[in-house]
Amino acid sequence: LLNRRVKYFNMKGSFSDPYTVRGLTKAGKETVVTAENIVIATGGRPKYPTHIAGALEYGITSDDLFWLKESPGKTLTPFVLNVSLECAGFLTGIGLDTTVMMRSIPLRGFDQQMASLVTEHMESYGTKFLKRCFPTKVEKLESNRLQVTWKNTELGTEETDSFDTVMWAVGRAPDTETLNLKTVGVKTNSETGKIIVDASEATSVPHIYAIGDITEGRPELTPTAIAAGKLLARRLFGQSSELMDYDNVPTTVFTPLEYGCVGLSEEAAVECYGSDNIEVYHAYYKPLEFTVAERDATQCYVKMVCLRESEQRILGLHFIGPNAGEVIQGFALGIKCGATYPQLMKTIGIHPTCAEEITKLHITKRSGLDATVTGC
Amino acid sequence: QEAAKYEKKVMVLDFVTPTPLGNSWGLGGTCVNVGCIPKKLMHQAALLGQALQDSRKFGWQFSEEVKHSWMTMTESVQNYIGSLNWGYRVALREKKVTYENAYGEFVGPHTIKATNKRGVEKLYTAERFLIATGERPRYLGIPGDKEYCISSDDLFSLPYCPGKTLVVGASYVALECAGFLAGLGLDVTVMVRSILLRGFDQDIANKIGEYMEEHGISFIREFVPIKIEQIEEGTPGRLRVTAKSTKENQIIEGEYNTVLLAIGRDACTRNIGLDKVGVKINEKTGKIPVNDEEQTNVPYIYAIGDILQDKLELTPVAIQAGRLLVQRLYAGATRKCDYVNVPTTVFTPLEYGACGYSEEAAVEKFGEENIEVYHSHFWPLEWTVPSRDNNKCYAKIICNIQDNERVIGFHVLGPNAGEVTQGFAAAIKCGLTKEQLDSTIGIHPVCAEV
Repeated sequence: LLNRRVKYFNMKGSFSDPYTVRGLTKAGKETVVTAENIVIATGGRPKYPTHIAGALEYGITSDDLFWLKESPGKTLTPFVLNVSLECAGFLTGIGLDTTVMMRSIPLRGFDQQMASLVTEHMESYGTKFLKRCFPTKVEKLESNRLQVTWKNTELGTEETDSFDTVMWAVGRAPDTETLNLKTVGVKTNSETGKIIVDASEATSVPHIYAIGDITEGRPELTPTAIAAGKLLARRLFGQSSELMDYDNVPTTVFTPLEYGCVGLSEEAAVECYGSDNIEVYHAYYKPLEFTVAERDATQCYVKMVCLRESEQRILGLHFIGPNAGEVIQGFALGIKCGATYPQLMKTIGIHPTCAEEITKLHITKRSGLDATVTGC
Repeated sequence: QEAAKYEKKVMVLDFVTPTPLGNSWGLGGTCVNVGCIPKKLMHQAALLGQALQDSRKFGWQFSEEVKHSWMTMTESVQNYIGSLNWGYRVALREKKVTYENAYGEFVGPHTIKATNKRGVEKLYTAERFLIATGERPRYLGIPGDKEYCISSDDLFSLPYCPGKTLVVGASYVALECAGFLAGLGLDVTVMVRSILLRGFDQDIANKIGEYMEEHGISFIREFVPIKIEQIEEGTPGRLRVTAKSTKENQIIEGEYNTVLLAIGRDACTRNIGLDKVGVKINEKTGKIPVNDEEQTNVPYIYAIGDILQDKLELTPVAIQAGRLLVQRLYAGATRKCDYVNVPTTVFTPLEYGACGYSEEAAVEKFGEENIEVYHSHFWPLEWTVPSRDNNKCYAKIICNIQDNERVIGFHVLGPNAGEVTQGFAAAIKCGLTKEQLDSTIGIHPVCAEV
């Protein structure tokens, strides 16, 4: 920022009028700034389930986890977003006793078949899962440990257990209260609190823009925020007219067995086009590195959702396995170019890799055949 | 297996002529037995060694020094290969393909003689033949080479740790082997006649060499061995290597436990009776020229794989070509194997994935003013905490300015290069342009987003 002569103020900003922002330092000193164009990118912070007794006082969130000075010990992570699964995953991996509590389904919004494979793998690797349960209260014990009480909706029972740490991962909410958006007329979604923007990132007030996690209906991903911001700047000052394309944004969940995806989930494709009009190619494969190490590859799986008509355009690609992010990135480019199944089949695989399994997909779900493939 | 699907009567003749040191192996070809598979597994073994070092910075505590057992690794690798050999035997049997472990040679039109290990001969006739005999490592033709040197054909099943090793050659085989041997803790030297990785992007090839040097591998450049002598027998023994400079009159000597030759491979086409059926081969290289349907000059004889002239020496290419050929012959398909923009990866300590033109080739074909090269160094997130190798990883794409800045070359130097490159190869096959690349969002944090 210094190099590019961007002025940086370490202050909490709020609107006093449509062109004026008031900043307050930690010490309470105030600065007033006016500007022609204003971009809001204040992001989100983890939510606390304040309706659960003890949640705020005794629980932590991911904001705290990465800064903990001591090991979290025996940990419970209730609710199941990718944040909680990823954290539970690495906590288990470093040897801690970790439990994930979920009320209904894991990774809502993601392809559910893939989500189950991810959690199945975590279970076989030692993360405990309390399914169909939700916490009702958190109390502190004399030993300084935490006692959590929860309802098991399947059995209709109430259960308790004690933990060293309870980490909430119930979603993130924008910190729009203190921004004073109402005063200047910037509209937000009443349910989520997120700022409503149009395709050019503009809010309901023409010269005020918003990007990133704080915007309604956008993926909560770093690279999209960065890209949107760059394109916005170019439109405002660089004579460009290019809008941000939010379709086919690839993403990866860094659970112990990683899951990378781009495009539509199978459910979304079926809903959009009808199951008769889509073809799903899939395969269970075994990474070479797992063979000699005798690791379980049961959940290593890849599937491609295509349109069934002649061109067979690829609608979605899903990959579970090591280095899923590295694998998916290049294919996301292909999908941006309108890749079709025949084009992918013309691409020769790199051997031996996991990614090559994608270029070899040929068994359809429709055929009902066993999708286990051998590598070499 | 593909042909058997169409109810053709199929036979496979597979035979491995033992190496000069007596080594042989099972069904599956080079890739499975003495190529990609054991190579990648041993490369992985070396990477795990590095990971152990990194792990301390990530909080893993262990006090003992961790050592590597060559025997344990080789046994595991060979066991896995054995399971693949077995898998192929079973697959062939299930698909009713007749398999004979015998050396095949043409003796007349439509007729082949198969000689097994014990010298028993049988004659077979067939409507069509497919030659996929591959290649074997080349020897230097100097005193002591066949008696005392090993090749990649021997390395992956060597029943003793190779110890202090001299690798002769600068092919990807040479560099990959040197790389993992050093990664396992051995003292490794590479003797190079001229340039590294001939045929690959030279800018990247040099970066690979630099990285290997910085990580403890010695390079002796512009020398060739002229004599190998045994000082002491043993497993391993001790060898004296005498080498001559390619530029001046300098002679040097060195002592090593093992000398690994990786100077190239020669096609196995000279002793299979091709002259008896009139199949033309390139007399100099031994390779077989074929048309774009893998057909030789004799209409009923086809060829695929490493023995083909002007084609790529890669397993997946051979497999794809073979499958498509059979589909054209027996399933009425018309699709031909697409040899353009085939991606590849070199599994050196710093991995290199590539697809399309090297920078030199692009400049030669299109002219320097018509191409644009975008490049970047990057530092994998996983390497930051252990403070490893800042600014060594590198990515570049080469675009054709005249064709809408179409991406015609992709090169990445970094971890998991193969996984990264595969998807980009698919995108290039879809006609990827720089603009489309720019508008694709990165996955964060991964190396591929660079």
